Amino acid sequence: MATRLQFENSCEVGVFSKLTNAYCLVAIGGSENFYSAFESDLADVIPVVKTSIAGTRIIGRLCAGNKNGLLLPHNTTDQELQHLRNSLPDQVVVQRVEERLSALGNCIACNDHVALTHTDLDKETEEMIADVLGVEVFRQTIAGNILVGSYCAFSNTGGLVHPHTSVEDLDELSTLLQVPLVAGTVNRGSEVIAAGITVNDWTAFCGSDTTATELSVIESVFKLRAAQPTAIVDEMRKSLIDSYV
Amino acid sequence: MAEEAGMFMVHQTVGSVLCCKCGIPMPPNAANMCVKCLRSEVDITEGLQKHVIIIHCPECDSYLQPPRTWLKAQLESKELLTFCVKRLKNLNKVRLVNAEFIWTEPHSKRIKVKLKVQKEVLNGAVLEQSYVVEYVQQEHMCESCSRVQANPDQWVAAVQLRQHVSHRRTFFYIEQLILKHGAAASAIKIKQMEQGIDFFFSSRSHGVKFVEFIGKVAPVRSRHDKQLVSHDSKSNNYNYKYTFSVEISPICREDLICLPPKVALSLGNIGPLVICTKVTNSIALLDPFTLRHCFLDSDQYWRSSFKSLLTSRQLVEYIVLDVEIHVSSEVNVGGSKYILADAQVARVSDFGKNDTIFTITTHLGHILSPGDYALGYDLYRANSNDIELDKYKGLNLPDAILIKKSYEEKRQRKRGKPRSWKLKSLDMEIDDRDRGGQEKTNSEYEQFLKDLEENPDMRFNISLYRNREYQPSEIASMTDGEEVPSVPIEELLADLDLSEDEDGDSNMKD
Repeated sequence: MATRLQFENSCEVGVFSKLTNAYCLVAIGGSENFYSAFESDLADVIPVVKTSIAGTRIIGRLCAGNKNGLLLPHNTTDQELQHLRNSLPDQVVVQRVEERLSALGNCIACNDHVALTHTDLDKETEEMIADVLGVEVFRQTIAGNILVGSYCAFSNTGGLVHPHTSVEDLDELSTLLQVPLVAGTVNRGSEVIAAGITVNDWTAFCGSDTTATELSVIESVFKLRAAQPTAIVDEMRKSLIDSYV
Repeated sequence: MAEEAGMFMVHQTVGSVLCCKCGIPMPPNAANMCVKCLRSEVDITEGLQKHVIIIHCPECDSYLQPPRTWLKAQLESKELLTFCVKRLKNLNKVRLVNAEFIWTEPHSKRIKVKLKVQKEVLNGAVLEQSYVVEYVQQEHMCESCSRVQANPDQWVAAVQLRQHVSHRRTFFYIEQLILKHGAAASAIKIKQMEQGIDFFFSSRSHGVKFVEFIGKVAPVRSRHDKQLVSHDSKSNNYNYKYTFSVEISPICREDLICLPPKVALSLGNIGPLVICTKVTNSIALLDPFTLRHCFLDSDQYWRSSFKSLLTSRQLVEYIVLDVEIHVSSEVNVGGSKYILADAQVARVSDFGKNDTIFTITTHLGHILSPGDYALGYDLYRANSNDIELDKYKGLNLPDAILIKKSYEEKRQRKRGKPRSWKLKSLDMEIDDRDRGGQEKTNSEYEQFLKDLEENPDMRFNISLYRNREYQPSEIASMTDGEEVPSVPIEELLADLDLSEDEDGDSNMKD
């Protein structure tokens, strides 16, 4: 199920949180509301970790990760790095990346098998992504935007991309990712998809402005209606573009 | 551009997304909302006026442009649309794309305008919306119409300009001066009267201003009176009609004057027989025998207020038989040169009948030569009963006094041909009683035009306009000897004529 929530009156929940199939990072807020919304959904399945990255709360935009690993920008402090290593499961590799483009969340979009990256990332970073996250890396743009991490969100079951993405681009991307993709919006028409939604294979959290229509698109493309944390399906590996409903 | 450079471009098909509110598929836009939802979400015509009251004058069909301007406009006209759109407040907050009238009954006193506006809403999406503004006409007569309605010939100040002489030459000249300076622009009525013109004004200050103008161009004496029309004793308001009586001195250019002894004495014993050479706000006098000259301003004149002995209507034509110029006697009076000469002249009427020849002194030595014609006063035959003249005992009068050279003979050839120039005229009502003298007026006007041709300094103050109908003839240059004075083409002004095209068409048909 997709849940609508707010972080301190902001609907950009993808900025303040990072959700993967193995862990969930949540920014440290003034109240426990935001944290407890994640906690109530995920507590008995995966660890929910409160943290800051580089002293900021915009953790969702600064880090990139999946169930295999977590990449942190070069300005992450040692304490934060240590805290995350302590909190996350042992099989998750936590790695700091010496990359000039430090907002890794904006530059990298990934699920557990594939990653799309900003076209200007270093070769070393690309190798690091492939090693740490265990994914194939593709340098891509989405509807002419190079910040692929901001304008799309996808899991192992489906993905949502920028509304201006053309049919041809959608075809190409879904072939690369091997998941069904759909162009859509979150937060009542916002095209910054990853800022408005954070998603894994069985649940999604989106901003409270998200309309029922958007929610139904999200739930259908990410296949959240019947999804359970235990039933991580792996059979959807063929390329197709889903219709809306 | 990339395609022009020969690069391969992937064809891009615009996909469709679901409207975030209602869920219908639509091409993506900036708000990612379908147009209907966007309209329901935001109303860009909010805060724009939908009902406006405009003031309309039913008499002249004009609309009040606050604060005071009245704009004449037909229904459904471009001007009215501009006016209507301008009356809307807050329209600068949106972009106006289109405006058009919706037809309404002309007598419904409603004007409906359909406006189409654009405005940026929700992160860059531009929404276009059309709405109807209803203008309610409130009937209210404009100031000038209400004045006309109340009393068509309402005047507050009347200026009665008079000159007690037998001709209208002065008024022809003053008419041109008034036109040149636009002095009577505020007059609501101008009426030609016997021996003068009446000017009517809607306020006293206009009348006063006009009287001051006349005082600057002619030696005048004026007095004014007022008549109480109504008064409101409670608020101390008095409503008067003012009448200014302005009298121009009867002394005209080319008049022969016998100065009263006192005046002659005060002017350094000039004269007493003098010629008036020029009249502005002062009178220039010239003694034709000594070439002494002096100026009388209007105060000095009206103190004694003498009359002229003989006026230009009594001029007689002479033929000059001989001219003998006096040595070293050239005098310059107000820009014009005079030379004293002895001349032998004979009346044209006597020519071939008798041998009466007068030997006289004249001041026109510079232009006269034997064989010329000249106009002068025949004192030999004159039977004057002037009081002033009688006061001089033992004054022996000359037989004739020449005033100006005559171009009548030469002018004969040009008779009937139009002039290359024309004058404008004031829009005057003509008094019914004066209708008999129409022919006289015409000949006087012709005389005035001739005077203008002969005197460049008279033309100096007035505007001559190019006569469109005039076609210069080739034969004109064939005339031998001295040319008839005419106005050089450089002095003429082109008249502003807005119906020029029409004029040209009609000429072509001719």
